[in-house]
Amino acid sequence: MANSNNRRKFMTTTLQSVGLTALGGMLWSGYTHEVKASPLVLRPPGAIKEEDFLTACIKCGLCAEACQNRDTNIDKETGEAREGTLKMAKGGDHTLIGTPYFIPTEVPCYMCEEIPCVPVCPSGALDIASVSNEKEELDINMSRMGLAIVHKESCIAFWGIQCDACYRACPLLDVAITLEYQKNERTGKHAFLLPVVQDSACTGCGLCEMACVTEKPAIFVLPNEISKGRAGSHYVKGWDEKDQERVKDAKKIKTVNERSEKEASDYLNSGDLY
Amino acid sequence: MKNLKYLLLRRVTQITILFLYFGANAYGWNMLSGTFGSSVLMGIIPLADPYTTLQVLATGFVLGADVLLGAGIIILFYMVIGGRAFCSWVCPINMVTDLANWLRRKLNLDKEEVNYRFLKRNTRYWIMVLGLIVSAVLSIAAFEVLSPITIMQRGIIFGFGMGFAVVLAIFLFDLFGVKNGWCGHLCPLGATYSIIGKTSIIRVEHDHEACTACMKCKVVCPENQVLHMVNKESIMITDGECTNCGRCIDVCDDDALTFNIRNYLKK
Amino acid sequence: MALNRRDFLKSAAAASAASAVGIAVPSSLQASATEAQKDWRWDKAACRFCGTGCGIMLATKGGKIVAVKGDPAAPVNRGLNCIKGYFNAKIMYGADRLKQPLLRMNDKGEFDKQGQFKPVSWKRAFDEMEFHAKKALKASGPEGVAVFASGQYTVMEGVAAQKMMKAGFRSNAIDPNARHCMASAVVGFYQTFGIDEPSGCYDDIELTDTVISWGANMAEMHPILWSRVTDRKLSDPERVQVVNLSTYKHRTSDLADMEIIFSPSTDLAMWNYVAREIVYNHPESIDWDFVKKHIVFASQPVNIGYGMRGSDEKSIKDGKYTDLEMETISKEMAKVVSEKEGPALEPFGYKAGDNMEMKPAGLKHWEISFEEYKKFLEPYTVEYVAKISKGDPDEDIEVFKKKLKKLADLYIEKGRKVVSFWTMGMNQHTRGTWVNTLSYNVHFLLNKQAKPGEGAFSLTGQPSACGTAREVGTFCHRLPADMMVKNPKHRKICENAWKIPEGTLNPVGNQHIMKIHRDIEDGVVKFAWVNVCNPYQDSASATHWIKAAREMDNFIVCSDGYPGISAKVSDLVLPTAMIYEKWGAYGNAERRTQHWRQQVLPVGDSMSDTWQWLEFSKRFTIKDVWGEQPLRGKNKDGTPKKLPDVIAKAKAMGYKEDATMFEVLFDHERSRAFKLDPNDPIQKGYDNSECLGDSRNVKGSDGEVFKGYGFFVQKYLFEEYAAFGRGHAHDLAPFDVYHKVRGLKWPVVDGKETQWRFNAKYDPYAKKETAETGNSHAFYGGLAKKLAQGDLKGIKDKNKKSLKNKAKIFARPYMDPPEMPDENYDIWLCTGRVLEHWHSGTMTMRVPELYRAVPEALCYMHPKDAKDKGLKQGGLCWVESRRGKVKARVETRGRNRPSRGLVFVPWFDEKVFINKVCLDATCPMSKQTDYKKCAVKIYKA
Repeated sequence: MANSNNRRKFMTTTLQSVGLTALGGMLWSGYTHEVKASPLVLRPPGAIKEEDFLTACIKCGLCAEACQNRDTNIDKETGEAREGTLKMAKGGDHTLIGTPYFIPTEVPCYMCEEIPCVPVCPSGALDIASVSNEKEELDINMSRMGLAIVHKESCIAFWGIQCDACYRACPLLDVAITLEYQKNERTGKHAFLLPVVQDSACTGCGLCEMACVTEKPAIFVLPNEISKGRAGSHYVKGWDEKDQERVKDAKKIKTVNERSEKEASDYLNSGDLY
Repeated sequence: MKNLKYLLLRRVTQITILFLYFGANAYGWNMLSGTFGSSVLMGIIPLADPYTTLQVLATGFVLGADVLLGAGIIILFYMVIGGRAFCSWVCPINMVTDLANWLRRKLNLDKEEVNYRFLKRNTRYWIMVLGLIVSAVLSIAAFEVLSPITIMQRGIIFGFGMGFAVVLAIFLFDLFGVKNGWCGHLCPLGATYSIIGKTSIIRVEHDHEACTACMKCKVVCPENQVLHMVNKESIMITDGECTNCGRCIDVCDDDALTFNIRNYLKK
Repeated sequence: MALNRRDFLKSAAAASAASAVGIAVPSSLQASATEAQKDWRWDKAACRFCGTGCGIMLATKGGKIVAVKGDPAAPVNRGLNCIKGYFNAKIMYGADRLKQPLLRMNDKGEFDKQGQFKPVSWKRAFDEMEFHAKKALKASGPEGVAVFASGQYTVMEGVAAQKMMKAGFRSNAIDPNARHCMASAVVGFYQTFGIDEPSGCYDDIELTDTVISWGANMAEMHPILWSRVTDRKLSDPERVQVVNLSTYKHRTSDLADMEIIFSPSTDLAMWNYVAREIVYNHPESIDWDFVKKHIVFASQPVNIGYGMRGSDEKSIKDGKYTDLEMETISKEMAKVVSEKEGPALEPFGYKAGDNMEMKPAGLKHWEISFEEYKKFLEPYTVEYVAKISKGDPDEDIEVFKKKLKKLADLYIEKGRKVVSFWTMGMNQHTRGTWVNTLSYNVHFLLNKQAKPGEGAFSLTGQPSACGTAREVGTFCHRLPADMMVKNPKHRKICENAWKIPEGTLNPVGNQHIMKIHRDIEDGVVKFAWVNVCNPYQDSASATHWIKAAREMDNFIVCSDGYPGISAKVSDLVLPTAMIYEKWGAYGNAERRTQHWRQQVLPVGDSMSDTWQWLEFSKRFTIKDVWGEQPLRGKNKDGTPKKLPDVIAKAKAMGYKEDATMFEVLFDHERSRAFKLDPNDPIQKGYDNSECLGDSRNVKGSDGEVFKGYGFFVQKYLFEEYAAFGRGHAHDLAPFDVYHKVRGLKWPVVDGKETQWRFNAKYDPYAKKETAETGNSHAFYGGLAKKLAQGDLKGIKDKNKKSLKNKAKIFARPYMDPPEMPDENYDIWLCTGRVLEHWHSGTMTMRVPELYRAVPEALCYMHPKDAKDKGLKQGGLCWVESRRGKVKARVETRGRNRPSRGLVFVPWFDEKVFINKVCLDATCPMSKQTDYKKCAVKIYKA
């Protein structure tokens, strides 16, 4: 009796433990899955792909400390460090807790030439190679933190206002944001000076977003995963030699959709024709 | 004051370490920068949290050498010297749970302990393993998304935000829920250090001759199962779950408990 | 459905309450709520900011300006604006608007120069002003009372200030910040045309083939005009050429076909190079018929100093200037001719190494022959000019020579229309007047001036530098409509018009804005009033002037909307109505006068500058100011200079001895003829705080609620002033007309504006003057139109010959500025503006969006210079001159890209107080400060 009681107790306890562990595991997974789903976040320069970044970042904050304490971040009046660009996500920031990120309208990335935030990363979440040129010198212009997008309807340059605040604020002035000139047919004697973001050069530093004078910025930086489309590698520009290189990414093509999902014979044998 | 010696020493150590971390961000010091996840000591020596490192490795990500080396250094240190001392001498949550524990005693909440049947002291090992599994499945260091330890530490260094709630929750859980609930039952980091620290040479030694069986040590010990020898035999406390906090030594009026060096050679 | 404001509030509140609790609102009430939401008023105005003069419309709702739009009917901007204009509605409601007078006081409530600012009543404020002004008059005579005036005054404010100062106090110590901005252009106009302001207009942009910008950054400083230039370029990209000449690369180069970076001050040499190319290498391009009929050649002394303090001045003798400062200031007395300027000065009798003794020569000049002029041009070969002018040390000299040749070719090319634009680069220049006149030389020789699409065109910086400062004449030496205080006939005209005794007006007008600062430092000026400007931030060698104001026995008053550096330096701060809180008018760079009505009531107890002047005038009687008054200096016969007692004459005119200046100058039969009429379509429905008082019931200067003057004071001031110009080629239209049109370019003759002055086809005055000769042009301005004869070096025949209807080509050489980089101070410093901020930033730095866009002034420099000096992009550096230093952030990749050897630091940011570093050298003729050149060293901070 005691024995069977004991066995039952053991069974129950084991079952309970396994069950609770499974429950805990599921809750934990669900929660974790939820908190990592915050793709609208701008990461420091050199950050690897967001998905990998979330894996790799060890949340140590060394990058944020380097950003804040860089010698170019000293306040003119007080002589002390200003608020740095990089924040460490806190509870309530809607960003994976403990990971570094920045909000351009608060403090944009000033694109320091010596990129203090990247070399200090111990985990490989910030990749030095991605911000180094052929001579293996750090080159902040190679960073791709995001891409600036112009919302034409709220951008007052598209109304004809002489603004170009973003253009002048861009650290890659006339390279990452260029001006497109267009005649203003309505007035007959003025021109539009329209900001155009060059995907090939924009680093996503957010200085343009910071400088934008509309109430809510009409130019804003989005992470590359969000802001960029992809044309696919099955077609390259016939007139662009460099574009031919994309063929190296081309994969074996196999497609299926609603129209093609049935075997050919199933289709041929099915249904009435009249 | 005798019975506060190690408590004060620990608080000084904990606060000094936190202040060094804080100063690294706020004033640009480079004594100890980063956070537990990964730190740099004196601007050169890398340090890393072994459990965090394990979680990241579990995701399959090949971590930078600095982290691996740092974790190695930490493991070596606690394995050889410190034991589970991280929990009582470094971890900031320890101050929160100690406060809860102290209040429990003052408010006599211990007497009315609720019986959480499932919450065993070994739950933490389950959680530790579970953390690694979830990390592997979701490709993300799973404990780090909710770890009150680093949330509190980052909170102190970079600002709390809503993270404060997590710390408060731990406090309330330990105060009104389970005695030593977090550190003694749940914390997978504590579990990790328990395993790592098993072999360390700094140990509390019990002197049966001197013991008067007042049991003050058992009352104050956050892991009182490790004191199974009290009033029984004169041996070292070799259980990995002992945090080397020294409270038992502080409260012992009979000098029956002291820190000593484990001598493997003697065996 | 008619709704008054109270009904509107009631129905809006009811509607929102109803929607909050979710009950059905009667549909009639709902309808009226939406209708009431349309209850705003649009009315036209001019943009507050630059000299472009864009038209805007303001939306007023609930007594506040809530929105702005570009005025689609405005010819300048056709509904567009730049981002400063875009924020016109937001500049007025910064949280720290001044709302009541503030006086420095001790705990006992007495004035104390070392005390803290505490609120006082308007009455107390005027009591203090009266006391200190009377004290100053007693101590120093009329020269002891001064006004820092403005190119941002409304026309009426300028008139009120000018009358009270010159006719009331008999002081000519009123000079505007426009001195810092346009004075060189003005003297250039005077000397060349005999009358102020440009011959052309903005329509030139659409009509020209070539836009050549000399020392202007139109892309940032005149954005709307720049968009017109851009449009012109787009219309015919091949034909239309744009050239940008500057001492550093800036945004105007974006559109340019050619950019010429030149060494500071060598624009003189480049203009002369172009002229030499014409005269020596392309003589066929000279329109001799035009030149012979319309032009004379002229020369002048060259050893005229640099407008700095002289060794005989009190503060210099008192040792208030350090040895380091004196290194530069000593050039005011004498200097050694440099290798760089030697060849250019040879025709004037100097060679490199010679000691040049400086002698003030005023505006003295004389006629010379074309041969002499040709001799003067000889040194400006491409080799010489390229050698001294090339501004980028990394540029190949052959490339630079090619650019120079192309520049000359563009001017010379037959049939090519060319407009030369400039702003501060040529005006803020120790030889500003010279370089201004050199621009006309080239255009005259080629007969490319004062024609549609052709001409040299000075762009103004300030919204009413032309309209108020220049046309009204709020300069120390001027009277309205280009009349001069020095000229007895002109004084008489004014005295008659203003009904004041002959002899009242002071003939000595030398207290220009830098002189006022210096006179405060010398202890002569003891009462100074700041109007619509920020002289303690905008004047070079700023530390001297701030120290003098704060530490010496004087009383400084500052009228402003916001607290800035000048308010901080002052002893009394007066809250002042901002632009749309009063009736006003501005005149832009193309002679366009634009009026607006008072749109809203001023914030707090603020009152307009006009009101402040009129109230101040109530405190002084004829007896107080029209007795005999001492002046500085001695007459030729050795007697001390003085102004005569005119009280007896005033009595003879029917004035009582104790009549106040308010009664004499402002409130009389003539002014009361301008009636307030609620049914007048111009006035109907609009506030007029000065004339009617207003619902704020502000307690005025007598402690009683101010109920208004009871006549249309703004219209009176405008019309009385406009009368001076009518019939004298300065014709303004009647007041009411301006409220119906989008501005008119004067001279407005028979209701028609004038596009191209001096051109018989377009300008009725030129037409009249050429009726007999049939000439194409008449340069009919009357100033300095009789000249003695001589050669380059001096006068040979003192008999003056008339040059009626003719303009002048001047032989004016390249000369070094007084301070140039050397071993210790190795870098040129240039200052200026940025698009986002207006002047000292008192308004724009308070607009959150503009502040966010450009929160601080940066030190723009070449990356290699930064590297050589151990500076990092974004790091801090000291910019230090012989006068002071400021800390600024290094920018090596920004909007301005200097070549090696020059840095650019904008001056809008009071925290990067660059005018502490700048040198107060001026053009000795125009007295305009050269903010573009001084020597600094840069090192890590």
